[in-house]
Amino acid sequence: MASETSVSAASGAHGDGLPPEGERRRDFLYVATGAFAAVGAAAVVVPLVNQMNPSADVLALASIDLDLTPIQPGQAIVASWRGKPIFARQLTPQEIATANAVDIKTLRDPQTLAERTKPGNEKWLITLGVCTHLGCVPLGAREGENRGDYGGYYCPCHGSQYDIAGRIRGGPAPKNLEVPTYAFKSPTSVTIG
Amino acid sequence: MSFPWAKHYQPTSEFGKYMDSRLPLPRFIYGALGAGYPTPKNLNYFYNFGVLAGVALVIQIITGVVLGMHYAANTGIAFDSVEHIMRDVNSGWMIRYMHAVGASFFFAVVYVHIFRGLYYGSYKPPREVLWLLGLVIFLLMMATAFMGYVLVWGQMSFWGATVITNLFSAVPIVGEAIHTWLLGGFAPDNATLNRFFSLHYLLPFIIFGVIILHVWALHIPGSNNPTGVDVKGPQDTVPFHPYYTAKDFFGLGVYLTLFSVFVFFLPNALGEVDNYVPANPLSTPTHIVPEWYLLPFYAILKAFTTDFLLVKAKLWGVIAMLAAIVLLFFLPWLDTSPVRSNRYRPLNRIFFWIFVADCLVLGYCGGQLAVEPWVRIGQLAAAYYFAHFLIIIPLIARFEKTLPLPNSISESVLAKYGKPPASGSAGTLGGTAPQPAE
Ligand code: FES
Repeated sequence: MASETSVSAASGAHGDGLPPEGERRRDFLYVATGAFAAVGAAAVVVPLVNQMNPSADVLALASIDLDLTPIQPGQAIVASWRGKPIFARQLTPQEIATANAVDIKTLRDPQTLAERTKPGNEKWLITLGVCTHLGCVPLGAREGENRGDYGGYYCPCHGSQYDIAGRIRGGPAPKNLEVPTYAFKSPTSVTIG
Repeated sequence: MSFPWAKHYQPTSEFGKYMDSRLPLPRFIYGALGAGYPTPKNLNYFYNFGVLAGVALVIQIITGVVLGMHYAANTGIAFDSVEHIMRDVNSGWMIRYMHAVGASFFFAVVYVHIFRGLYYGSYKPPREVLWLLGLVIFLLMMATAFMGYVLVWGQMSFWGATVITNLFSAVPIVGEAIHTWLLGGFAPDNATLNRFFSLHYLLPFIIFGVIILHVWALHIPGSNNPTGVDVKGPQDTVPFHPYYTAKDFFGLGVYLTLFSVFVFFLPNALGEVDNYVPANPLSTPTHIVPEWYLLPFYAILKAFTTDFLLVKAKLWGVIAMLAAIVLLFFLPWLDTSPVRSNRYRPLNRIFFWIFVADCLVLGYCGGQLAVEPWVRIGQLAAAYYFAHFLIIIPLIARFEKTLPLPNSISESVLAKYGKPPASGSAGTLGGTAPQPAE
């Protein structure tokens, strides 16, 4: 208390003409300086943080053309798109039947096979080969790999199981394998991206 | 700080006096690590591990700075530059192995240091801030070690980076944005490698800074000791130098011997072979595991395999793994028992060892494929980990009947070794081997 009074008295003595109580000119200056410094600091922090976001060359979208002719029914291939693997699979009629027989209400991420493929091309299942748990590449696209309990893909990292339609059925992953944007150029080739 | 009977620095030479009135660095060291720092006289060898951790950090910084002179943080040549260090750089193989083995040893030492603190109740008042700073160092160490491991840009580096950065994508709504921001892209790539190199170089110096705070916080109340009883007077302490400098140097000798055995004879025993395969973004190794020192936390991450309470399994895993570390920050307030040392806490001592076993089980499960029985065992061990802190510790603190404490450190030491002062000192020496479970 004593020091406060003496400070006010001192500033009063310096002639700012205000009573010892209440807002002083100096209080206003403190707040204004602090506010200005805070805005300035924020203005510097934004670019410093933002520089870590993807740079222009990384963002530049790349699309690839994928030829589906070499894929036999029941087989899949692995391609690379924007640094990530793509699984392209030709389903057999039985596999399509198996996928459609599942009651989608029982699924963690309910989707029908039709929703995951293009109309008229239900036998072509094209997904990212990126586990929706923590991003490993699931097994099952290449010949002889473990395809898990549901006959689709099996992620070795923490044991996520995907069915033949790439839908999550067991393990920690939250979502179905992502379907990228793509379009059929011809009956046997697609453009991804 | 320190006790009133601490000796004061007396500069002897003219130069010493000159410096003492200008930059009193010798006075500072004398008071912090010299004869001017009275230390409980009953510290056992488990109290060496703080100093050992400091030495381990210094080894990492020196070898790391040297490696940085030859390493290239570019995805095209990073792996090759590491091989260049191994094959072409003069003594490069030795320096790299020192760095890699050194990281494992650093963690081993720090884990002993942490469990020492748990056993003797060194987290209890008045040392809570000391404990919290130690945990901050531990977190920084984990971040540094992870990023350093990525720099090699082998298969484990790449997929470890993929998995760990993906943890952040579990955060609702903003998760994906954070994930992309951390990577600087949509998958680990050159941007990721470069920033990890930059931060891996920076963090050890931040760790060094926090260690200074940690040691400062230690010097305010002074070291805890195996009895957990406060220092009562000069008869309870000895000067840090020469008593504990000598003891620490002996421990350091043992440590460096063991370290050399690993560097020269078992350099890859603690690592993963898969990291000698260059990173391939299109193929995940059949079995991704972090380095051994992160396995218990990895097991907790993997323990959640189904959604429950409206939260996705993935998010549960991430929350649990973070909580496993964050819980430690609350330990000083979860354990309300007024007795520090487990020497006088018979019930808590049993559960301490069960907890140690639980951590080992978690570590083992973390290293296994996600198949039964390891998934179930891992889940049980993870559940126990949380129960230990949230249920067992608070309950024991309330209901345990503790043993009578000695009146002073001095009394406890005399009761143990000094009773018949004349008869056979050799026999009593045999009993001085430091065992925490005595
Ligand atoms: S990344 Fe596939 S299960 Fe974890």
